Amino acid sequence: MKEKNGEPLRRAALDRRTLLAAGGAAGAALAGKVAGASEATIPEELPDWSRYLGPGVDDEPYGKPSKYEAHVIRRTVEWLTASTESSINFTPLPWLNGIITPNGVFFERHHGGRAEIDPSAHRLLIHGLVEKPLVYTMEDLKRLPCEDRIWFIECAANGGMEWRGAQLDGCQYVRGMIGCAQWTGVRLKTLLERSGLKPNAKWVLAEGADASALTRSFPIEKALDDAFVAYAQNGEALRPGQGYPVRLILPGWEANMSVKWLRRIEVGDAPWYTRWETSKYTDLLPTGKAYKFTWVQEANSVVTWPAPEHKVDGPGQYTIRGLAWSGRGRIVRVDLTFDGGKNWVTAPLEEPILPKALTRFYYPWRWDGSTTIIASRAIDETGYVQPTIAQLRNARGRNSIYHNNAIVTWLVNASGEVENVQVA
Amino acid sequence: MSKSRELLFATAFVAALAAPVLAGERPIGRVPTPEEIARWDIDARPDGLGLPPGRGTAREGEEIYLARCASCHGEFGEAVGRWPQLVGGQGSLTWDEPIKTVTSYWPYAPTVFDYIKRAMPFGDAQSLTDDEVYAITAFLLASDGIIPEDFVVDAESLPKIVMPNADGFIDDPRPDVPGGEPCMKDCVAEVVIVGHARKIGVTPEDKARPVTD
Repeated sequence: MKEKNGEPLRRAALDRRTLLAAGGAAGAALAGKVAGASEATIPEELPDWSRYLGPGVDDEPYGKPSKYEAHVIRRTVEWLTASTESSINFTPLPWLNGIITPNGVFFERHHGGRAEIDPSAHRLLIHGLVEKPLVYTMEDLKRLPCEDRIWFIECAANGGMEWRGAQLDGCQYVRGMIGCAQWTGVRLKTLLERSGLKPNAKWVLAEGADASALTRSFPIEKALDDAFVAYAQNGEALRPGQGYPVRLILPGWEANMSVKWLRRIEVGDAPWYTRWETSKYTDLLPTGKAYKFTWVQEANSVVTWPAPEHKVDGPGQYTIRGLAWSGRGRIVRVDLTFDGGKNWVTAPLEEPILPKALTRFYYPWRWDGSTTIIASRAIDETGYVQPTIAQLRNARGRNSIYHNNAIVTWLVNASGEVENVQVA
Repeated sequence: MSKSRELLFATAFVAALAAPVLAGERPIGRVPTPEEIARWDIDARPDGLGLPPGRGTAREGEEIYLARCASCHGEFGEAVGRWPQLVGGQGSLTWDEPIKTVTSYWPYAPTVFDYIKRAMPFGDAQSLTDDEVYAITAFLLASDGIIPEDFVVDAESLPKIVMPNADGFIDDPRPDVPGGEPCMKDCVAEVVIVGHARKIGVTPEDKARPVTD
């Protein structure tokens, strides 16, 4: 501990806390009154934080959340994959607010571990069916016209473990392969126009610089529409787990295509049919055929409170919280049911309502203490209605793995515990 | 951003980009040499575009496979633990538990070359020679009888190999669920809970995760 102004007082505070802790019953009683208070009573004793100085401004150059929020972390499901380097973790949706996912808990999916790239050694190459191939440094990219855009990124496998039935008992695990951020960067269109497209330019390949060298093909129309090359997220440089120093974003499309650690863009006249768009990220049907090029993430929603991670603590007035999103554009409506889908009411949407971004909804709810089956249903601006799991299974069977955007249902039992269930 | 503001920005950017480059200005991006591009341009397409020179057979591939691949994928491509199974499973795609492997599911043979070359062995990517990648590709395809053991796999022959599931894919037809105005009242006669996540019991236990209100 450095000697600075105010330090003696801080030390005195520590000493006093130690004394209180050593004081046994008296100390414990005080701690109990301050920490455990679920009732809104004003404590008799002044808490330490109201009397003694807290740390100064130099102890935490990069801030962290309160230690009381230590449960708000990404989690993984060990049995999903053979190794953590080719695996996924989940955003802690049930504890988050608003539409922006904090960078530290934004879900990660890697195929060859989290690459740690020196930005001065990173290059982005544009080549193929262009008049003039160009290679860019990070400094080059930041000299180009930049834009800020808010979009979600959602793994195609979000909800994938629920195709065969309710399986994971947590909002985080059932819909946590998603995050939403404000991204800063350059339109891919700008880069392609600087190189000049040849007339037969129809498809684009994006490639990562990590140890999986992940590649995905997408049509030139998307490249010239809203495809984006991002170097910043929520005001700071991308985190290594999000592709630092630069990643692709294909708004509204499955996140696997938003190639991280982007090192190369090749323009071609046909798709590449890479491993990640044939062996993976294709949707197998009962007939043995599979959907390919299933890019868009269809309308989806989830109630984040109550959720299996929360307990409804007795009858009374509460606020339902939830999120809705669509890869096809804006959310226009969210309906809620409290009886498992017999009857629905429409929940007001919270601003802002942005295309291809998370949208919040809140709804006042009076719980009478009886068993309640809560679910949400999103509708987007194309008129698409979020389906039931029965409707999805009817169309695609049970082996699709990907693109399960079915209505998520929570059972609140009489003791207020919440469970992930499926209804018929 | 309002429309007029958007237009203002667009105009400013276009003007800046269209202005002639002055002598001594630092360019944005540089034109790479063909040799530079070749260092990174490692992809191979189903039609063979991008496949490099080189060759290999299943016989040659077996030894390399056993040394570099079998510790995860098994001596016969049957997989160790949860690592991917590479061969077998043909005809299983309609089963309740389909077995998706290179030979049962992958539609194009050059993709096998492309993926091994760029990403395998897991943790030591791009360490195999092109001959070794051709040979391992041949070994996998021959394991399920797609090619004979002495078949020479190279840039010429690989795109011509017809994979068993070549016709297994259809373009995305979504939306594939009912549309229209959704029901709001008395939508189902009886709600039956058919699945309980807690009864499955596979959710990770996390003592740091509180159940809170």
